[in-house]
Amino acid sequence: MHAALLILADGRFPAGGHAHSGGAEAAVRAGRIHDADSLAAFLTGRLHTTGLTAAALAAAAAAEDADPADLDAAAEARTPSPALRDTSRRLGRQLLRAAHAAWPHPALDALHTVHPRGPHHPVALGTTARAAGLTPADAAALAAYESVNGPATACVRLLGLDPYEVAAVLARLAPDLDTVAAGAADAAARGTLPAASAPLLDVHAEQHRSWKVRLFAS
Amino acid sequence: MTTTAPHPAAVDATARITAAPDGRGGTALPVLAGAGPLALRRTRGAPGTAHVCVIGSMAAPLGGDRLALHADVRPGAALTVTSAAATVSLPGRTAAPARYDLHLTVGEDAELDWRPEPVIAATGSHLLLTTVVHLAPGARLRLREEQVLGRLHDHARGAPPGRITARLTVHLADRTPTGRTPTGRILLDQQTDLGPGAPGWDGPAVLGPHRTTGQLLTVGLPAPPPPPAGTDAALLTLPGPADGPPATLLTALAPDALALRRLLASDGGRNGPARSVTSGAPRTSGR
Repeated sequence: MHAALLILADGRFPAGGHAHSGGAEAAVRAGRIHDADSLAAFLTGRLHTTGLTAAALAAAAAAEDADPADLDAAAEARTPSPALRDTSRRLGRQLLRAAHAAWPHPALDALHTVHPRGPHHPVALGTTARAAGLTPADAAALAAYESVNGPATACVRLLGLDPYEVAAVLARLAPDLDTVAAGAADAAARGTLPAASAPLLDVHAEQHRSWKVRLFAS
Repeated sequence: MTTTAPHPAAVDATARITAAPDGRGGTALPVLAGAGPLALRRTRGAPGTAHVCVIGSMAAPLGGDRLALHADVRPGAALTVTSAAATVSLPGRTAAPARYDLHLTVGEDAELDWRPEPVIAATGSHLLLTTVVHLAPGARLRLREEQVLGRLHDHARGAPPGRITARLTVHLADRTPTGRTPTGRILLDQQTDLGPGAPGWDGPAVLGPHRTTGQLLTVGLPAPPPPPAGTDAALLTLPGPADGPPATLLTALAPDALALRRLLASDGGRNGPARSVTSGAPRTSGR
């Protein structure tokens, strides 16, 4: 275990993630997340779909021989929703800014050239992990955790759920988190990136973007 | 093989379609080779277009089957592929999933309109459905896929649906000067895993209350109109350079196959849904 992993996983690390609900706000508005059980079902689905895909991309980006432009293109092809592409690049850009300050590294400098609007978030996360001296498996674990932690916290605010209950939901997901992260790191090492996706997350993201008033940016 | 054979061997069959210009402004089918349960029939197409109808000639796919369909649309040709009925994925004698691999290649200035009826996952079945599309520069594509979880009578007797794991990968080649190594990119790569065994599949991130999902992919052709408000459907503009072909993905979820078809009609549903989608999931009260 590396303390840098704790620093990166901490919600207080200034990477801008707190402004995003990971699709939870739209699912709450649709009445589909309304209690701890429906939150758990949402998080399970998100973890095993876009969470898995992001974790594999992050693990691949954390490898010594990573080609960030290739991985960014892979993330792009796996994100058909324009709203989610914009969100991913915005989060990637914000993370890169914090990472530059925290762990200056040539790989972070090189990542700037990948896309003018910022790299996709999983690519930025993997590269940041590498700059911080972490392994691809660490990067996968970080991405898997972020795929559920953000929406879970958002639901405390959106629904006024009991924070203890939400913590319990996350704790019960821990074995799944480990499984998904390990599977993602394996897939990345084999060079077979998963493309798992979730139809409602795409549709909800587009609906959410069209709202005039919203609590979260995505 | 039939379902009543005492020791059914799994089917391993690859059907092939090649469409090429006939030299008179139309499209010929130099290869039209059905295989196993996939029978192919040429039917009347629009002017300049060859129309092939895929007819399921036996119960398939069953668990353990390996089916494949290769369609090659040569430069300048136009091919439409539909199917006579929904494809019902059924359990086999083994727990092994069935595989159905689609390989679609569309040449320069060729057009493929791929609009089969839905795939329906019956109770106890698991289908691995893989669609790989290669588009040459200037190729035009309309591809519809629809997945229905559970037959009507599966739902009626309270049985869970089957499972469909589907991956769709679309490669888009660049215009490359002669002599240079061809380059290109992946336009879309996505997998869905729906049905019992897929974690969170019926939760609010994946299908929610819906039991059908589908998409209409359009490359180099006019995009369908956006879906009506209040539906779980979205018209997504796929990424690409400004000089690339316009590409959109209409993605939709619905309680039943009929409602799904209305959302995925390329004309926005103005001509009404096809007749043959009645064997889908029942209407459920979606939240």
